[in-house]
Amino acid sequence: MQLITGRVWKYGDDVNTDVIFPGKYTYTVTDPQEMAKIAFEDLDPNFAKQVQPGDVIVAGKNFGCGSSREQAAFCFKYARVGAVVARSFSRLYFRNCINAGLPALTLPQSPDLFQPGEQITIDLQMGRIFCAAGEYSFPPLPNAVLGIFQQGGLIPYTRKSLGLDGANQR
Amino acid sequence: MGQTFAEKILGRLAGKTVVPGEIVQVSPDFAMSHDNTAAIVKTWQEIGVSRVENPDRHVVVLDHCVPAANEKFAQNHKEIRQFVKEQGIRNFYDIERGICHQVLCEEGFALPGKLIVGSDSHTTTYGAFGAFSTGIGRSEMAAILATGQIWLRVPETMKIVVRGVPPKGVSAKDIMLHIIGSVGADGALYKSVWFTGPTIEALTIDSRMVLTNMAVEMGAKNGYMEPDSKTLAFLDGRAKTGFEPVYSDADAEFDQVLEFDVSNLAPQIACPHTVDNVCPVDQVAGKTIHQIFFGSCTNARLEDFAVVASVLEGKRIHPDIRMIVIPASKQVLQQALKAGFISTLVDAGAVLVNTGCGPCMGNHEGVLAPQEVTLSTSNRNFKGRFGCKEAEIYLCSPLTAAVSALTGKITDSRSSIK
Ligand code: SF4
Repeated sequence: MQLITGRVWKYGDDVNTDVIFPGKYTYTVTDPQEMAKIAFEDLDPNFAKQVQPGDVIVAGKNFGCGSSREQAAFCFKYARVGAVVARSFSRLYFRNCINAGLPALTLPQSPDLFQPGEQITIDLQMGRIFCAAGEYSFPPLPNAVLGIFQQGGLIPYTRKSLGLDGANQR
Repeated sequence: MGQTFAEKILGRLAGKTVVPGEIVQVSPDFAMSHDNTAAIVKTWQEIGVSRVENPDRHVVVLDHCVPAANEKFAQNHKEIRQFVKEQGIRNFYDIERGICHQVLCEEGFALPGKLIVGSDSHTTTYGAFGAFSTGIGRSEMAAILATGQIWLRVPETMKIVVRGVPPKGVSAKDIMLHIIGSVGADGALYKSVWFTGPTIEALTIDSRMVLTNMAVEMGAKNGYMEPDSKTLAFLDGRAKTGFEPVYSDADAEFDQVLEFDVSNLAPQIACPHTVDNVCPVDQVAGKTIHQIFFGSCTNARLEDFAVVASVLEGKRIHPDIRMIVIPASKQVLQQALKAGFISTLVDAGAVLVNTGCGPCMGNHEGVLAPQEVTLSTSNRNFKGRFGCKEAEIYLCSPLTAAVSALTGKITDSRSSIK
């Protein structure tokens, strides 16, 4: 697995799915490019305009609380966000990240460690984050779900487990 | 050592003894999806199988934007109708039937001891009947359509004991808002929450569903109540299959035990923009409101209609507000019609809308304008939830909504109960 390097976008506690991806779009906006443009619309209108590949979202507790809508994970993936780091995640959001193949990393010191805009590097393999404040470890994903993540998400994983890999791929 | 309800159900399906933290691969007894089925089907097609693994495992309900608000929603519904026909999914409920969570309970899918997943966060509702029910994502539902399987982490259990007879006018919604306010939006993160104690036992089925519905608002994986004679009476003639109630062992280990005494609880309200921003209603009384939404999977059942109708009987709602009324299901609508509640509400100036989610997700039927304030019997007050990020949403009980409808301001029901 590659290193993730990007700038920090810093937010607080209890960032909910309605501000990440508003409910009114869940049936009308389905194109990946368009989904990326809506990301964080109700929280930080600058985000979608300025985010660059590899950038990292850092936040406090209970990130992604609220709806089960997985567009709230996919919109970041489509915006080519490198990872989301939070003190804790809502359970549905955490699942959706794994299933989308988007790294969701739990770090008790988040987000206080980070300065908005600073460049950080994440080594997924080693479970390390390198930032201005120092070097920190995060717990690895449980083995049982690591496979899903390594295949790039639940759908490629399911194709593989059903022996359908290679055929009929998007 | 004994086992919790969650360990027993997940253990049964995994075919072994399981412990909290363990991840198991299981087949849910039922899997529910709603208007998001069209998107799920597209993902399912990417997997590359042509038949649904077991059509009878799935329940599909159209409720989130019904009837369709525009061409996109209409196309969405059309694709879902085609899919269920092609794949032989018999448990399909079209736009007239009701909100998915209410429908699964009324139709007898929400059964003791069953594992039910749904691609909607309020799937936790079915725990009121002793089911293990939890929300999942769209890709996960697509994978279930293909394989019948999902991974779940065995949760730790938080036991919440509720005691005391609540004062007159204090309902299940007030109790749940109070619990969420104390526990916090992440207080039960990843946990299985068991609601128990004399107050819970005394609640009606309609009221019990309010608590399990909102369990997810404190981060819970599922909410659970022990099935009792009321549960069995409700399920009589309704249960879709046989079932076996599952109870936690007396010596099971709980992660946390919380006790609440509601004997002196005041009516509660959740203020913008988080569900755990809760205070007694009198602290915000007098705030001008523009709209009341009496609906949603939390509080739009028959007993709620009875409460609202009793307040509005022979009166007019305040001329400066509009009141949107959406029954949780067609059955609720029919019963409320028969009881005369609907004509009472309409005579009072309320607007009756087809059963479904209505403005709860910001799609249609009563979305808000900037700077407007709504009082809602639903379960979420996040920014933008009613379609406008500059509007304010307060969450309350049906009684608080009804008394406030008359005054046009947030009103403590105790000031009007004689
Ligand atoms: S009524 Fe609201 S909370 Fe309930 S299922 Fe519909 S959108 Fe979700």
